[in-house]
Amino acid sequence: MSDTDQTAAPAAAAQVDPRLILAEGGVRGYLREFWRRVRGGELGSIPVVVGLIVIWAIFQSLNSGFLSPSYLTELSINIVATGMLALGIVFVLLLGEIDLSIGSVSSACAAIVAVANQTWGLSEGLSILLAVAAGLAMGLIHGFFFAKIGVPAFIVTLAGLLGWLGVSLWVLGKTGSYNLTNSNGLIDLLTNTYFEELFWGYLVAIVVAVVYFVISLRGSLARRRAGIPARSVTEVIIRSAVLAVVLLAVAVVFNQARGLPLAPLIFLAFILIAGFVLNHTSYGRKVFAVGGSIEAARRAGINVAAVRISVFAISGTMAAIGGVFYASVNRGVTQSGTGQQILMYAIAAAVIGGTSLFGGRGSAFSALLGVLVIQSIAAGMNLLGITNYAQYMVTGIVLLAAVVIDSVSRRSQKASGRA
Amino acid sequence: MLALRGISKRFGAVQALADVDLEVHAGEVVALVGDNGAGKSTLVKTIAGVETIDSGVIEWQGRPVSIGKPHDATNLGIATVYQDLALADNLDVVGNLFLGREIRRFGLLDEVEMERRSRELLDTLSIKIPSVRIPVASLSGGQRQTVAISRSLLGDPKVVILDEPTAALGVEQTAQVLDLVERLRDERGLGVILISHNMADVGAVADKVAVLRLGRNNGTFGMRDTTQEQIISAITGASDNAVTRRAARQTGPEGEK
Repeated sequence: MSDTDQTAAPAAAAQVDPRLILAEGGVRGYLREFWRRVRGGELGSIPVVVGLIVIWAIFQSLNSGFLSPSYLTELSINIVATGMLALGIVFVLLLGEIDLSIGSVSSACAAIVAVANQTWGLSEGLSILLAVAAGLAMGLIHGFFFAKIGVPAFIVTLAGLLGWLGVSLWVLGKTGSYNLTNSNGLIDLLTNTYFEELFWGYLVAIVVAVVYFVISLRGSLARRRAGIPARSVTEVIIRSAVLAVVLLAVAVVFNQARGLPLAPLIFLAFILIAGFVLNHTSYGRKVFAVGGSIEAARRAGINVAAVRISVFAISGTMAAIGGVFYASVNRGVTQSGTGQQILMYAIAAAVIGGTSLFGGRGSAFSALLGVLVIQSIAAGMNLLGITNYAQYMVTGIVLLAAVVIDSVSRRSQKASGRA
Repeated sequence: MLALRGISKRFGAVQALADVDLEVHAGEVVALVGDNGAGKSTLVKTIAGVETIDSGVIEWQGRPVSIGKPHDATNLGIATVYQDLALADNLDVVGNLFLGREIRRFGLLDEVEMERRSRELLDTLSIKIPSVRIPVASLSGGQRQTVAISRSLLGDPKVVILDEPTAALGVEQTAQVLDLVERLRDERGLGVILISHNMADVGAVADKVAVLRLGRNNGTFGMRDTTQEQIISAITGASDNAVTRRAARQTGPEGEK
C-alpha cells in the first residue's frame, strides 16, 4: 500500500511547477495569497476603498454634517452625471485610448434635451431619446475618424471637445438657458424620485445580495463539477453576507433621509450591465484583447476597427446620458453646459477607481468607486466652504496620486512578472 | 499531407520564390532552413494564406487547393504560430487560448467549459503552467511559446507551421518547446513545418530538412544520413558552384540520392 502511495505522489506533483508557491487552504492561505497579490501590484480596489474611508474620516472630523443621511443622499445623486461619463470612459481607457470630448458631448446633449422639449415641443421621453441618439452619433463620428481614418484618438476627441461645445452653444441659441422645472416630468423624476416607504431600500439590498449569492454559488458548483478550482461555499457565503451588510447599511442611511433615491439605482444598474458585458460576453473579451495587444486581437480574427468604433460610441452615449442627468439635477441647462470640470472629473474617476490609463486593465466598478472619491472631495470642500482654487488643487493631487498608484502597481506587476 | 509544387512568388523586381517544392507528411517534422532573405517567411506566408502565389500548385491530401486568405488555410487544417507570439498579455491563459473562438452558452462566455478544455489540452501536451487563470505576461518565454502553440491546436489542425519557435528562448525553455514539437508529431500525428536558424534544434527534432537559398530549393536532406556541415553548406551556398550544379543535374533536381 505504501508502494502505491509513493508512486502516485510524484506523478501528481509533477504536474505542478516546483518553484510555485502552493496556495494553502483555510484563512491563513487566503491571507497569504492576498498579501502576495498586494506585493505583486495587484491592488484591485484596495487603495481606492482605503482612500475613500480616509477622505470621509477627514471631512467628518472637520464637519459632523458630512456623513449625515441627507448629505450622503445628496452625494449619491450628484455622482450620477459624472459617474455615467466615467463609466463610458472606462471602455475607452480599456483600449488604452482617451476621449476628451465627453464633457462637450454631455453639454451638447443636455442642450438638446432642453431645446427639444421646450422649443420643439417634443415630449420629455422623446427629447431624452433624441439626446442619447445624438450622443451615440457623436461617438460614432469620433470612432470613425479614429478607427477608419487613423487620426489619433487624442486629436479626434480634442476636435470633438471644441466642436461639440460650439454645437451646444448653437443649439441653446440666443435664449442661452432653459429651465426644466416640470416637477412631474420624466426629466425631473430621474433625479427627484425617492422610494419613501422604508421597505424598498431593504428589499433592494436583500434581493441584490441573494441574487449575487445564487449566481456565485451556481458558478462555484459548476466549476467544482467540471473539476476545476472553485471558491469554497464558505467563501461565497461570507462574500454575500458582507455585500448584504454593506447594502443594508446604505439602505438604512437613505431611509433616515428621504428614502431610496432612484438616480443612484439607475447608475448602479448601468454599472452592473457594463460589468456584465465586459466580463461575460465575447464583446467584452474583445475590448480587453484589443487593449492588451492589437496585433494579437487582429490575428485572432477580431475586427479591431469595429471594436474601436463601438467603444467610442459607448463613450458618446454614456456622455449623453450623463448630460441628461446633469440637466435633471440642475433643473435646467445654461450656456456653461455641464461645466468645465466634468471631463477631468470623469477621467480622474475612472483612473482613481483602478482602470489603467495604459489599457487592458480595469472594471466597470472603478467608475463607481472613483466618482465617489471625486465627488466626496468636492462635496466635503463645499461643505467646509473651501474656495474653488483649493478644490481644483486637491482634486489634481488626488488624480496624480491615482495615476502614480497605477504606474507603480504596473511596475511592480512587471517586477513580479504579472504585468 | 501538404505538398507545394513549383511555387513562385514575385514582389516587383524581386523573385522571392522560384519554383519551390516542399512536402510534409503526417507525423513528420520538416525543418525549413535558409539564410536571411532566402524566402522562408514568404513561403510560410503563402501556405498560411497571407500572400497568394503567382504560380505553382498547393496540394492538400492529394488534391490541388487554392489558399487565398488566412481563413482558407485555417479551414483546411493548417495552423501557423508566428515568431512574435500574438498573445494578449493582459488576458489569462484561458482567455488567450480561446481568443476569437470563445465557447458560449446562451450567448455568454462559458468560462467553466473553456477552463476545463484548457486544462485538458495543456495536460495532454504535458505543458506545465502555474495556473490557467494568470495573465500570460507572467509566464516565461518558453511557457508563452507553448501557450501560443497550444492555441493553434484548438482548431484541430493537421499541419502546424512554427516560425522560429525557439528564438530568444533559454536552454531549458528551448528543450520544453522541442519536447512539445515531438509530442505534436508522435502523439497527435501532425505534420510540422519548423522554421529555424538553430542547427541544434533542427538536428534534435527534424526528420527532414528543406533548404532554401535565394528563393530556390537548395536540397532536401533526410536527417539520419546528413551532417550539419552538409546542411550549412547548402544554406550558405558553399557547395553552390558549377561543379555541384553539374552533379545535381545528373543525380536529379532534389540533390538527394
